[in-house]
Amino acid sequence: MAEPSHPGGRRPGWQALDRGQRARPWEWVAEQAIRVVSVTAIVLVFLIFVFVMREALPVLLGRVNSAAAQERRALPVEQMDRLDPEELRQYLELSRKEFAEMDRDTLRLLMEVKLEAAEEVPEDKDAPLNTAAWRYLLGPHQWTGYDRPAYIWQPVSSIHKYNIVPLIVGSLKTSVVALLFAVPLALAAALYVSQLAPPRLKEWVKPGIELLAGIPSVVLGFFGLVVLATFLQQVCGYASRLNAFVAGIALGLACIPVIFSIAEDALTSVPRSFSEAALALGSSRWQAAWQVVLPAAVPGVFAAIVLGFGRAVGETMVVLMASGNASLLTWSVFDSTRTMTATIAAELAETVFGGHHYRILFLLGALLFAVTFLSNLLGELVIQRLKRRLEGGR
Amino acid sequence: MTLHGRWEVGGGSRRGAAWSVLFTGATGLATALILAMLAVILVNVAWHGWPALSWRFVTAGTEADMFEVGKAGVFPMIFGTTARVILMTLFVIPVGVTTAIYLHEYAHTTSVLTRVIRTAVANLAGVPSIVFGLFGLGFFIHFLGDRLDLVLHPDNPKPIWGKPALLWASLTLAVMTLPVVIVATEEALRGLSPGLREASLALGATKLQTIWQIVLPNALPGILTGGILAVSRAAGEVAPLLFTGAAYYMAELPRSLTDQFMDLGYHVFVLSTQSPNLEQTRPILYGTVLVLLLLTFALNATAILVRARMRRRQRAAG
Amino acid sequence: MDDVSLPKVRLPEPAPEPSPGGAGAGEALLRTEGLSLWYGSARALHNITLGIPPHRVTAFIGPSGCGKSTLLRCFNRLNDLIDHVRIEGRVAIAGHDLYGPGVDAIELRKRVGMVFQKSNPFPKSIYENIAYALRLHGLRERRRLDEVVEQSLRGAALWDEVKDRLHRSALGLSGGQQQRLCIARAIAIQPDILLMDEPASALDPIATARIEDLILELKQRFTIVIVTHNMQQAARISDYTAFFYLGELIEFDTTRRVFTNPSQQQTEDYVTGRFG
Repeated sequence: MAEPSHPGGRRPGWQALDRGQRARPWEWVAEQAIRVVSVTAIVLVFLIFVFVMREALPVLLGRVNSAAAQERRALPVEQMDRLDPEELRQYLELSRKEFAEMDRDTLRLLMEVKLEAAEEVPEDKDAPLNTAAWRYLLGPHQWTGYDRPAYIWQPVSSIHKYNIVPLIVGSLKTSVVALLFAVPLALAAALYVSQLAPPRLKEWVKPGIELLAGIPSVVLGFFGLVVLATFLQQVCGYASRLNAFVAGIALGLACIPVIFSIAEDALTSVPRSFSEAALALGSSRWQAAWQVVLPAAVPGVFAAIVLGFGRAVGETMVVLMASGNASLLTWSVFDSTRTMTATIAAELAETVFGGHHYRILFLLGALLFAVTFLSNLLGELVIQRLKRRLEGGR
Repeated sequence: MTLHGRWEVGGGSRRGAAWSVLFTGATGLATALILAMLAVILVNVAWHGWPALSWRFVTAGTEADMFEVGKAGVFPMIFGTTARVILMTLFVIPVGVTTAIYLHEYAHTTSVLTRVIRTAVANLAGVPSIVFGLFGLGFFIHFLGDRLDLVLHPDNPKPIWGKPALLWASLTLAVMTLPVVIVATEEALRGLSPGLREASLALGATKLQTIWQIVLPNALPGILTGGILAVSRAAGEVAPLLFTGAAYYMAELPRSLTDQFMDLGYHVFVLSTQSPNLEQTRPILYGTVLVLLLLTFALNATAILVRARMRRRQRAAG
Repeated sequence: MDDVSLPKVRLPEPAPEPSPGGAGAGEALLRTEGLSLWYGSARALHNITLGIPPHRVTAFIGPSGCGKSTLLRCFNRLNDLIDHVRIEGRVAIAGHDLYGPGVDAIELRKRVGMVFQKSNPFPKSIYENIAYALRLHGLRERRRLDEVVEQSLRGAALWDEVKDRLHRSALGLSGGQQQRLCIARAIAIQPDILLMDEPASALDPIATARIEDLILELKQRFTIVIVTHNMQQAARISDYTAFFYLGELIEFDTTRRVFTNPSQQQTEDYVTGRFG
């Protein structure tokens, strides 16, 4: 056969080797672009930690004062002209933008409001308290008008009461109801689909559960609020139509796909040889599933529950719509309940940027972030270890 | 036990058979219950929502009264949701895919930093959406937006960038779905056999040529599936929009990236919690829910179809 | 390590000093001098010095893990893709140091083709598998592409089997056909050296025989280095054989000498099947 000519029409000597990377400047540019985009994206992702913490940090460090009566005395309205604009702005606690937008009459009005507020407030013995301090955030306090120490979340009142315990308990209550409802159902379904169901049924069930996962949480919230609440009230006959129980059930619907898919994955990853060995010893399919496969996949089941908890605690729209949103500290799941997520969702829009209310809501966000991030990490680690063990054992 | 008795397999396991039926029945029932609840939700929404659905409903605005049956429409919400989803996709898919390529093809896989980044990214996918809303408010609106206002419009006291806007809502959603897209893309890249890359490189292809012409085309179905699922998740998401851009009511459609917008999901929330009379406005509410569900399911179904086609093609090829 | 003097280049036959101008017949085209390679802290190659003559088939044999594939991958710098690989010593083709500063590994790989143990056609059509390689080299004209694709497939003795289904998926071919497609793809870009990493180890005897025939034919146009586990194969097709053990080059000579009258005991033990 004749020697075919070189495809490029040329046949460079080995000298071409020494052209080096300089030969392709555009590729170099493109690869640098990839690097820049990626590093930016990764930094942006890490900025989430930074920005949520940044807004919450002053509260954590105790640098926020939310006392209704501050040290500074209220000034009479006539003194308005003696202050220079910057002093006036600070006195009225306005942002630069707000200040620039206001005309003289509005400012005058604000001065009056401030004066009135100052005259009203000192009658309350709690007015000088910095309610954003840790002991008021977490501990009970006997507020004016209460007959005993209580945990109160009441940010929009003359005394800003910022006790976050009712919200934490609310989040836990709804999450626990959700898990009690979702875990048995999802685990049983995972066991059925992975071990017992005929394969053809499997092909129907899994897309069905994916469909459930695809329902937006606002729709689940709507369903809880409009359909489930009435139905459950008729069945159970409790007083408050919207409560932790209703929200928990609706929330459970959001958790089922999460728990199911992780548990099913863990159960499927148990090598077939395990259950085949059990079947060969004469156990039935359900015995193999219950006594061999499930124990081998227990860490995966645990991880599924942990990740399901993360989903439940962090869910917003469902609880915002179906839990009733009264920030009462009770242990009954049939009382109207307010969670951390719903509090942020309902109140943040009305807060002053950078104010104490704003910062305490960010503190709640940071807390949620930490809890869900850690529970995810835990779940993820457990799953990885389980998979490594099962693969090693094969 | 006599030898004869040992071989009576049928009789001895009657109790076992009962257990077996009970166990299989109970787990099967649980599965059926989950599917039944799904069916109840879907049928309920379809049953009450279908009569409300009309051409006028999906093309009319809220000029009259958003709570008035027969006059209210959801076009502004469809428009807003579509706009924010498209904008988000434009941000998140290129950036997410690029980042995954960088992490998988360029970064040193064994280095501690890469592992930390990968773990952090994977876990961020589970952080509550409301926290991303906080981030959007703190970072995009108050950090970026306020500074943009200072630089671009120093004389204008009214904030233009430093307020909730379509752009910021889309970016917030993009950051929220970024981990999902990165993880899905990396998964797809990992699924390719390393032999493909070596084959291409050994022919004298550069890394970039290999990625562009061999790796990406073959990973595309996986990337698409993950991408569409992320997009459909974001389409129904409401919590991050609460403070970053969704409006309770707007007389006009948003005209620029800095305008607020009306959103289907947020509108469902508004209709079911702020309505003056829930019984009367129920048709609008159900209609809106149905439109939202159809939109998200259409996206989901696309993802499932893409995946099914990919599996079939792989089976045919293998 | 303490050896200060330059290691002597071990060549099967006495050869003149390499001249930088080019490699004529009878002189090593590719040579390594004191080449050592580490994966992290594990040393995979120890001070390898050898010269590979042009237009011959050189076989690398040795038990698994002896570093023969690693060495092969030094010749087209495919080891660059692995993290934490460190190389000492020199690998040169026609006097050009492959690991020198500013060397373009991409350009190198266009001149040193490779066929892998596991056939790895792209999930594209048969035609596109070869056309991809050609386009990388700037060949875009449809008519020329058709021509070179046909030449390459004929060169790999595959043309008659696939000429009617050029545009069907390459994954539909049998294992042996896939491997010959990979060879066609490698020779399409006219490399000078063809590296083959156990190209027939996953194939049945008939497919293996076809690949071996092909190698004997290809050696007229290419310098071939083949790694093989199969000693009969090495004996059948190679002109020179290098025996490696635990990362060291034990013996390098004409195939006839290695198999009939080796100078080292270890080589004899291996080729007679006493270990490995």
